[in-house]
Amino acid sequence: MFKILQRRDLTPITKLYVVQAPLVARKAQPGQFVIVRLDPRGERIPLTIADYDREKGTVTIVIQEVGKTSRDLGRLTAGDSILDFTGPLGVPAQLAEKGIVVCVGGGFGVAPIYPKAKALHAKGVEVISIIGARNKDLLIFEEELQQVSQEVLVATDDGSKGHHGLVTDVLKQLINSGRKLDEVIAIGPMIMMRAVAEVTRPYRLKTWVSVDPIMVDGTGMCGACRVTVGGQVRFACVDGPVFDGHLVDFDEALRRGKLYAEEQKLANERAQREVH
Amino acid sequence: MAVKTRVKMPAQDPLLRIRNFSEVALGYTEEMAIEEASRCLQCKDPVCQKGCPVAVQIKDFIGLIRKGDFDGAIDKIKETNSLPAVCGRVCPQEEQCEQSCILNKAGRPIAIGRLERYVADRALARGLTVPPRPASNGKKVAVVGSGPAGLAAAGDLVRRGYQVTVYEALHDLGGVLIYGIPEFRLPKKIVRDEVEILRAQGVDFQTDVVVGKTITVDEIKELGYQAVFLGTGAGLPKFMDIPGESLNGVFSANEFLTRINLMKAYLFPEYDTPVKIGARVAVVGAGNVAMDAARSARRLPNVEEVYIVYRRSEAEMPARKEELEHAKEEGIVLKTLTNPVRILGNDAGWVTGLECHRMELGEPDASGRRRPVAVKGSQFVIEVDTVIMALGTSPNPLVSKTTPGLQTQDWGGLAVEEETGLTSREGVYAGGDAVTGAATVILAMGAGKKAAAAIHEYLLGK
Repeated sequence: MFKILQRRDLTPITKLYVVQAPLVARKAQPGQFVIVRLDPRGERIPLTIADYDREKGTVTIVIQEVGKTSRDLGRLTAGDSILDFTGPLGVPAQLAEKGIVVCVGGGFGVAPIYPKAKALHAKGVEVISIIGARNKDLLIFEEELQQVSQEVLVATDDGSKGHHGLVTDVLKQLINSGRKLDEVIAIGPMIMMRAVAEVTRPYRLKTWVSVDPIMVDGTGMCGACRVTVGGQVRFACVDGPVFDGHLVDFDEALRRGKLYAEEQKLANERAQREVH
Repeated sequence: MAVKTRVKMPAQDPLLRIRNFSEVALGYTEEMAIEEASRCLQCKDPVCQKGCPVAVQIKDFIGLIRKGDFDGAIDKIKETNSLPAVCGRVCPQEEQCEQSCILNKAGRPIAIGRLERYVADRALARGLTVPPRPASNGKKVAVVGSGPAGLAAAGDLVRRGYQVTVYEALHDLGGVLIYGIPEFRLPKKIVRDEVEILRAQGVDFQTDVVVGKTITVDEIKELGYQAVFLGTGAGLPKFMDIPGESLNGVFSANEFLTRINLMKAYLFPEYDTPVKIGARVAVVGAGNVAMDAARSARRLPNVEEVYIVYRRSEAEMPARKEELEHAKEEGIVLKTLTNPVRILGNDAGWVTGLECHRMELGEPDASGRRRPVAVKGSQFVIEVDTVIMALGTSPNPLVSKTTPGLQTQDWGGLAVEEETGLTSREGVYAGGDAVTGAATVILAMGAGKKAAAAIHEYLLGK
């Protein structure tokens, strides 16, 4: 059992948990994830690590309540425990050693961008963060990113804060401003990561994305998470989840991501009925 | 003298059992067990025992059954085998003890597996009895992986007085016994019971620890473990590398079976994990895993037709005969001499068919089996909406990559000394599928026992 030490509601549907998991914290690196299971009948879901503190033995995760498990997790609070919390899994992100790196985060993907921005900043790399959400109330981790970024640029779909539009508009403006950018890291919905990769492709600007496919075991055993990268089949859990965004077959990944859409809807409806 | 026939094992009717996940083979009654045991010749030189990878004292335990001493029989088995209820069910006895049985000359070997199962089940039904715990020798040994190799090693080490910690990557214990072998062939209650006996004997189990990620082998040694046994299992599922394998509706058998067995997807939405399966399912491959996948699929309520697609003929199928027979009884259709070349899909990206070549058998290949050759112009399509690839696995590199100096064989399996299981690192031993590639439960257990003996030898002088 892994104790929740702290819960912070970032938005009405986005929650941050600081979890006591000393073995995971000791090894965690930016780009890695954990597999979480809440109860004996629960599913195993991957969650990207949003922060870690090796001294305190804690790992931070951020969830958005979209499916049954994330909703169940959303009901837990400080003092409660998580049944299974396995990791750190996946290959740590290869972070630039110098230059300027743009960190693009969309929705709750802003959270897992943070440990990368933090690590880059600690190495003396200049970080420009671009974060986006539907509206200003759904923006997360803005303050944290301010601490480790040269500047934080904001985009909202409804224009309630920052640029009225998409993070990719802001990225385009930044590229066109003539500043020499070395790399882009993008984490967010698959559609956003695909759009970022399309923006940077003509400039041959190295772009890392963190894919979020369906997983079962998360240790290389099942192959549910296969992603085509540069024409080759890779397992996101052991070869990724960070890949070269210009090589990922996003159309296929999007399609595979919808494999259990019907079942998820069914589980959500059932959960709703139980609540009411 | 005419040899009496083997006492038949009662089984669930095929028409009923394809509607449930309960165990197919129902086990002997006491009368059946005694009757079968009474056929045993109690040979002076029991050759059957030489066929057993864990050296069960077969003659003696059957002798005790004949006398009605079932407690004595289970104790006798447990002297060398920590998982008899498992072995009685899933061992390929026809290639081991029963193959060596003298009565096999008449084609009617003693049903050793069924007898082992009977005494093991009888003991479990009466509650878990824990063998006395030996005095601790104060030495710590770590076991990586709680599958058959790891459990066998842990059992033998704890009996010798070691303090044993088993690290398991998944949330549940048993490895392939839990995630791979279906409930209808090996009820999970049995695996849990066997694990609980080991726990009661003093084995410490740590789930959710992925060695190579959460902790490395060297870090385990730094914690004071003087030896480490690696029983990490088979690894990453293989695919065919044909067009269409990324379509929705194509799974590895590992994924399909893990969803069904470990995650209980057949009970969705009572359990959270679903499994997406269409009415017509093709399983590619013909080993035991393929049979398990096909028979599991057959039991799902919306499935109408299940095919086993195999490029050779039935005679070359690597599955146990018993599994193949069960599959056929359950209405699974064999499509032999059939080789998939492409998976077809619709505009939405879902599987609609499996395009195959018809094959014929040519000259024997390196494996000694006749090589299948495609018949020109023989393409045809099997209409299916799910394809399950049961083609074996390639080694998982998590441990080998993170353990400096740990040598692998050219195909990626861990390299060990045959007799001891010793790897290229001092104090680090390995066995089971991680060394041999996909094999059987009992061979993995045999490797675990061998390594446990070698570890004991190694640590005696320390």
